[in-house]
Amino acid sequence: MNLAQALIEALRSLTVNKLRSALTILGIVIGVAAVIAMISLGRGLQASVSEQLSGVGSTTLVVFSAPDPGIRFPKPLTMGDVRALSDPLQAPDVLAVAAQTIGSATFSFGSKTQTQNFYGVTANYFSINNLKLAEGEALKEEHILGQSAVVVLGPRLAKSLFGRQTGLVGEMVHIEGQPFRVIGVLKPAGNSISFTDTDNAALLPISLVHARSVRSPRDTVDFVTVQVRSAGRVKQATEQVRQVLRVRHQTPVGMNDVNVFVPQDMLNAINQIMVALTVFLGGIAAISLLVGGIGIMNIMLVSVTERTREIGLRKALGARRGDILLQFLAEAATLSLMGGVLGIVLGWLIGVVFGYFAKASGTTLVPQIGLDAVLIATLFSSAIGLFFGFYPANRAARLQPVEALRYE
Amino acid sequence: MQASTTNDWVVAGENLTKIYPMGKWQVHALNGVSLRIAAGEVVAIMGPSGSGKSTLMNILGCLDRPSSGSYFLDGELVSSLRDDALARIRGRKVGFVFQSFNLLPRISALENVELPMRYVGNGGRARRQRAQAALEAVGLGDRLHHKPTELSGGQQQRVAIARALVNDPAIILADEPTGALDTRSGREILDLLLQLNRERGTTIILVTHDPTVAGRAQRIITMCDGKVEGAVA
Repeated sequence: MNLAQALIEALRSLTVNKLRSALTILGIVIGVAAVIAMISLGRGLQASVSEQLSGVGSTTLVVFSAPDPGIRFPKPLTMGDVRALSDPLQAPDVLAVAAQTIGSATFSFGSKTQTQNFYGVTANYFSINNLKLAEGEALKEEHILGQSAVVVLGPRLAKSLFGRQTGLVGEMVHIEGQPFRVIGVLKPAGNSISFTDTDNAALLPISLVHARSVRSPRDTVDFVTVQVRSAGRVKQATEQVRQVLRVRHQTPVGMNDVNVFVPQDMLNAINQIMVALTVFLGGIAAISLLVGGIGIMNIMLVSVTERTREIGLRKALGARRGDILLQFLAEAATLSLMGGVLGIVLGWLIGVVFGYFAKASGTTLVPQIGLDAVLIATLFSSAIGLFFGFYPANRAARLQPVEALRYE
Repeated sequence: MQASTTNDWVVAGENLTKIYPMGKWQVHALNGVSLRIAAGEVVAIMGPSGSGKSTLMNILGCLDRPSSGSYFLDGELVSSLRDDALARIRGRKVGFVFQSFNLLPRISALENVELPMRYVGNGGRARRQRAQAALEAVGLGDRLHHKPTELSGGQQQRVAIARALVNDPAIILADEPTGALDTRSGREILDLLLQLNRERGTTIILVTHDPTVAGRAQRIITMCDGKVEGAVA
């Protein structure tokens, strides 16, 4: 008897007890659906987190002042530090350095007055932080050198101040009473872990901010974004940055007065947590798949007992052990395979519904079902069917024909 | 003479015994049975219940092995074969007809008849044609696609006979073939078996306790207490 015949016969004998087969399949369906739903949601979560953090490149470092407690007179970061870090002789693995100051000021447009954050930035801040413009242009070197009274607005700030996000280039906005010309509006950048929310801030030439600063020294920089030559050089670049600043700030040996933050490290850590979470949830869901498998075994044992005479007859007609084994294994495998296929569909639906609810509550969560998850679920459920089907099938195969034929 | 005898007989059992352990006791279901049946014979095995005729039938049908003794079926020593080899012999050389028909209820008459060919490995289109021919031979050419539940008892037993025939076995073992039938259908079934014997020369072994059934056989072997009564021909 070949496999195709065995499968056809299995399907036929499973349709005899439709309700029983359906309930057995349901056990597998729930198990597989749970696994698929958990994995797809976990993956979706991971993807959405990664996407939110993707504004930060894998070659970016963020440096900010964070003196160790033992340092008595910590020195703030300054434009001098920025220039030193830009020097390829001192920090060979650094490609570019952008400076950023943070402050807040009163913004007014027409009769509207708001307190908003502003960032004083260098011209390369845009490219290093991967900021895109919805309209107008970014700050240029000439704006920095000329301390021009120009501003690039983040989209949310533009919305709250002007009530719109387009057609703003050329408008005048007053910051602390001084007129600034709007030269551009940013595209939304989404959340990022670079400590700054450019969506809700105004970007000004750093030189202008420094000129009007009351801080000491005047050219204090709050954040330095460093672009590393390549992803493989992040470690070296981090060390070079630390070394340059240690020398310039005369930091005592063994201490740091700056923190060099590697966003990629955090991203990796988050990803690891997400993977662990997905595996954990999938593992819990797999328990229900196991229960489904036990259901198959149970029903197959009942079936073997019920059909003892049939088995005896088949043996009398020349069926060998292997034939009977194949027949019952095919039934178990068919049950679990059907359960697997339906479970994948159901699991996917559950994922979609969850994603829909997540979207309704403001989180983007697109469940992701890879071909691998589908393959694994199919293989796993078939394996469960074969594993739990083997014992009953073997029991059937080992029946002695004389006794099986006598069975009432 | 001894060597050639085993080849000339379809069934040749020498000193067959079967011992069942029953707790502390051993039950000797067969106690040294020797018998020979020639090709084309119709033989009835009779005896009261407990006489060992079922045990003998199981051994002759290769459903079971004797505890000792040797059994040649169609010239082949089968008494010491393993389970799967025995299954193969059953499929090729033995056709069973049971008292309760033992048809699979959910498949058609045709598929029931095809079943033994499937296990023996007769494939494809030929299988269907042979099954059809077998059903025609038992007079059910117009009932191919009926399920057993849609057939009368006599018709079901005819399907069973067709199934027994289909692999061209060396022997057909009929265990109380008329036991579940009314007198008329029972007679018809016996007529059919004897007709097949005449036309095809199939060796038929009837196991029965009904003297009218046994009376139709050419020879009667009577069992009592695990032994054959009277002479072995």
